[in-house]
Amino acid sequence: MNMSQSQEQADIVEGYNFAYLDEQTKRMIRRAILKAVAVPGYQVPFGSREMPLPYGWGTGGIQVTAGVIGADDTLKVIDQGADDTTNAVSIRRFFARTTGVATTERTKDATIIQTRHRIPERALSEGQILVYQVPIPEALRWLEPRETETRKMHALEEYGVMHVKLYEDIARFGRIATSYDYPVVVNDRYLMRPSPIPKFDNPKMDNMPALQLFGAGREKRIYAIPPYTKVKSLDFEDHPFEIQKWDDCCALCGAKDSYLDEVVMDDEGGRMFVCSDTDYCEDRRTEGHIGPMGTPLAAE
Amino acid sequence: MNNESTPLLSVQDLGKDYGGQIGCTDVSFDLWPGEVLGIVGESGSGKTTLLNCLSAQFAPSRGAVIYDTRVEGQRDIFDMSESERRLLMRTDWGLVRQNPRDGLRLGVSAGANVGERLMAIGARNYGEIRAVACEWLEKVEIDTGRIDDQPSTFSGGMQQRLQIARNLVTNPRLMFMDEPTGGLDVSVQARLLDLLRGLVTRLGLSAIIVTHDLAVARLLAHRLMVMKNGRVVEQGLTDQVLDDPQHAYTQLLVSSILQP
Repeated sequence: MNMSQSQEQADIVEGYNFAYLDEQTKRMIRRAILKAVAVPGYQVPFGSREMPLPYGWGTGGIQVTAGVIGADDTLKVIDQGADDTTNAVSIRRFFARTTGVATTERTKDATIIQTRHRIPERALSEGQILVYQVPIPEALRWLEPRETETRKMHALEEYGVMHVKLYEDIARFGRIATSYDYPVVVNDRYLMRPSPIPKFDNPKMDNMPALQLFGAGREKRIYAIPPYTKVKSLDFEDHPFEIQKWDDCCALCGAKDSYLDEVVMDDEGGRMFVCSDTDYCEDRRTEGHIGPMGTPLAAE
Repeated sequence: MNNESTPLLSVQDLGKDYGGQIGCTDVSFDLWPGEVLGIVGESGSGKTTLLNCLSAQFAPSRGAVIYDTRVEGQRDIFDMSESERRLLMRTDWGLVRQNPRDGLRLGVSAGANVGERLMAIGARNYGEIRAVACEWLEKVEIDTGRIDDQPSTFSGGMQQRLQIARNLVTNPRLMFMDEPTGGLDVSVQARLLDLLRGLVTRLGLSAIIVTHDLAVARLLAHRLMVMKNGRVVEQGLTDQVLDDPQHAYTQLLVSSILQP
């Protein structure tokens, strides 16, 4: 269909079940996902399996993706917004070789998007699934070390201590300095860690038409936000939640509304800001937007 | 406001066993609003076990602890649901521990420590929380300039005062104190006792104070309970118990005080 789809077409490896995991395991994961969707933001324990990559590299996300992927799905994998980093390329190739599904780099063509650390800039639509890789699912973890106690706190909705952390931020830095993995309350009930996405992406989670699934492999937890669910970032009345802002625009596509990465160019302090979402940047350049350091895409 | 004829806390035949061992047993008493009760006794006499049962840290093996709640009147605290009990513990009660490090959140500033209970019951305005925290630091004689310092940089006496402020911020009616002056030197002890006495009188608090120090008991407590081997051997007005002890053990305890 298009370039990015055909160039990634890999051979299917023999001897593995569809999507690597056996059917019983996938059923177990699907049961956990169903429960997670039914109780938005609640962390459902599941029997996390050993995957052919180390913990911390996305084992939770991979298992969730393996649980929901079907032969007619189109998969996109991003890492820090980019489709072409090592982690994204290997996970995409893993599923291409174990399932034979089509893969893509285009957000709007994908039915499943597995992500680490970002939500795509382009608004997601109904029918799409966003799968997050989660290192630490427990929002109260650094405030309360006991697992029995944190579960009780979730059960009794005792979340005051989370505000103690935000208070401490303001007392120390004059503002809420937490900039990623910013705590949210889902559906006015459960406190949830959105995985280490920048707080820039938090507003996108609110009322999103797509289904959002979260998998933590090492911690053996799955949680979810169903489509069109209220997601509120915690704040104080006199210190409301704010997202990051930049003085610059993207050097390649000129976007002012996207999350920018700072790239150091030389030893003289030269730097540029570029969109962290590579697909969004490319789309804009194809449409003819050019930033201060960009060249028209057609000339390449 | 409160009905004068109902006790704030009513304890009936309370007992706690550790396997075959008796922690404390057959304890009954009433605590009236504004009253300070001292529990004295030697190490291992069951003082702390009793306090832990009263303050719902442990579930007792027998008996009942009936508290006069603000809204629903008298309720057995162990018949309440856990969420009700925990709400009671962080609004209407205070618990001051012997070691302030157990009662404080050491990783966050003094202001956050005082504000924690407010945030737990839904305060969401930073400026207001901070103003209340300042007010309470003043009341317990901590320099408000230190509001953003970590409690680990405070002296032992300051930590203990910070712990008291952190508990009093929700205007509780009942305080449990486990050896509040333990581990402090004599002059710091005196200041803390002075402060406590002032606060208890001014705020009309009821308090249950566990101590092995009879001088502390004489200064703070209106009524005294003497414990030995998990049982109450004598109780009465503080002066009466200390000046005219009836039970042999109380006589021994009183005669053991060093006279400087």
